[in-house]
Amino acid sequence: MYPKELRYSKEHEWAKVEGKRVRVGITKFAADRLSDVVYVELPQVGAEVAFMQPFGVVESVKAVSDLYAPVSGKVIEVNRAVAEKPEMINTDPYGEAWMIVIEPRNLSELDRLLDAAAYAALVGEGTS
Amino acid sequence: MKYIPTTPPERDRMLRTIGVRNVEDLFRDIPEEVRLTRDLDLPAAMADPDLLAHMRRLAERNTDCDRLACFLGAGAYDHFTPSTVPHLALKPEFLTAYTPYQAEMMQGELQAIYEYQSMMCELTAMDVANASMYDGASATGEAASMAADLTKRGEVLLSTALHPEYRQVLRTFTSHLPITVRDVPAVDGVTSLAAARAAVTDDTAALVIQSPNFFGCIEDGEALARTVHDRGALLIVAISDPVSLGLLRPPGEYGADIVTGEGQPLGNALNFGGPYLGIIATRDASVRRLPGRLVGRTVDTEGRPGYVLTLQTREQHIRRARATSNICTNEALNALIAAVHLATLGRQGIQHMADLCARKAHYARSAIASVPGYRIAFPSPTFNEFVVRCPVPPVEINRRLLEHGILGGLPLDQFYPELADCWLVCVTERRTREEIDRLAGQLEALR
Repeated sequence: MYPKELRYSKEHEWAKVEGKRVRVGITKFAADRLSDVVYVELPQVGAEVAFMQPFGVVESVKAVSDLYAPVSGKVIEVNRAVAEKPEMINTDPYGEAWMIVIEPRNLSELDRLLDAAAYAALVGEGTS
Repeated sequence: MKYIPTTPPERDRMLRTIGVRNVEDLFRDIPEEVRLTRDLDLPAAMADPDLLAHMRRLAERNTDCDRLACFLGAGAYDHFTPSTVPHLALKPEFLTAYTPYQAEMMQGELQAIYEYQSMMCELTAMDVANASMYDGASATGEAASMAADLTKRGEVLLSTALHPEYRQVLRTFTSHLPITVRDVPAVDGVTSLAAARAAVTDDTAALVIQSPNFFGCIEDGEALARTVHDRGALLIVAISDPVSLGLLRPPGEYGADIVTGEGQPLGNALNFGGPYLGIIATRDASVRRLPGRLVGRTVDTEGRPGYVLTLQTREQHIRRARATSNICTNEALNALIAAVHLATLGRQGIQHMADLCARKAHYARSAIASVPGYRIAFPSPTFNEFVVRCPVPPVEINRRLLEHGILGGLPLDQFYPELADCWLVCVTERRTREEIDRLAGQLEALR
């Protein structure tokens, strides 16, 4: 459910460090709770995002939620495919359905995120 | 019959329950010195027939556009309303269901709104229109913040040929938002293309124009659209009389990104200035930034067509502080009236109505221009309004005309000091040749 190599925010985003870049998406838990996702709004490449400030919106048939940046920095990639086919958030939240890639200003912000075990505890589940 | 919902014993019980002695106790937090300690100074109650006669006498002190020949427009238009409109729109099923509270229970109301939205899209040549806003001015204000939101830019340009009251409302709407508003001047009655080109920057969210504009002149919307689009800004077009779209090219065809408008001219009475009907329409791509309610057509579990409120995640009850707008209601009855009106007129009907407006206005324009001392202020093509330069102060002209049963045009000095001798005249299909000739005759007499 919650891959060990990822870091997690309390707002249910995951962050994956890829060298000097951080890839961002939402967790399986969030995707399940939202149920069928129908719309995602993502920033433009070049936009600045700030630690735990909204960078986008995800909307399902049940609810609408802000997406929070797990690290401050500049958006260097945006997943157009997920904007066109938001249902992939339900099917592959950690893979195909990544949302943005950030060039972080301060990687140490990631230390303030949760590891897989702590996130699983937060959402009331054991690690898989 | 007393219009008091509770009996004295019931009230005593309620007071005892909450632990106070009498109703006065409920007001004891209000300082004595600001409380009214005597009864209201009202005349004795009238018997029902006397009261009706009294109210009728008061009402007769008003006048209206059935008794006067109205040449006043400037944002509110005296068009003919077919009898089907009040007959259908004021049916109690519609009248009491003035806004969809239990939305999906009210399929008829939702269908009517859906049809209204569809008609607004057809009229403006846009993809999606909402269930209505308060009026043309507030719809235009909403469009400005929508444009800033869509473009993530902070500046909105207003043509000074946009209705001055729309500009005021827009400034009020944006005064507590991170949006700055700047004017783009009109030259010879139309928005200056050169000034627009010079004003638009990389921080410009939108240029707002009106066409036909406040002076009645038809703008070169296509050129203005190109100018703003070149810098990544949007074009907002306000339509103050949608009847014009029966004849003129719709804004969606010349590059408008958001169209707003005043729906009053579509079957709604002048109503002393309100309630009116705000129109707002946009492109599919911008639908999630559209303010207000939106009715969608869908199918139920058995495949039958039905109507729902849709995309509600834009709205406050779901989106809270991050909703697209503060509006959380609509003008459903006024929208219904507009829909019944347009359905009654039909495609040919609105074209015919628009054609009559244009022909009669042009007849009046020539008749007034041929009176010595009067001349048409601006050379641009016009629809049903035009500006006249007068040899006598327009306020004085109006005073004299009213004595002869004519409601004159709008003196422009209150909004444009530099146009102190200018008079904005409107001619709808309701004006007869006799009335227009009578207007020209009176002008001849008082120059």
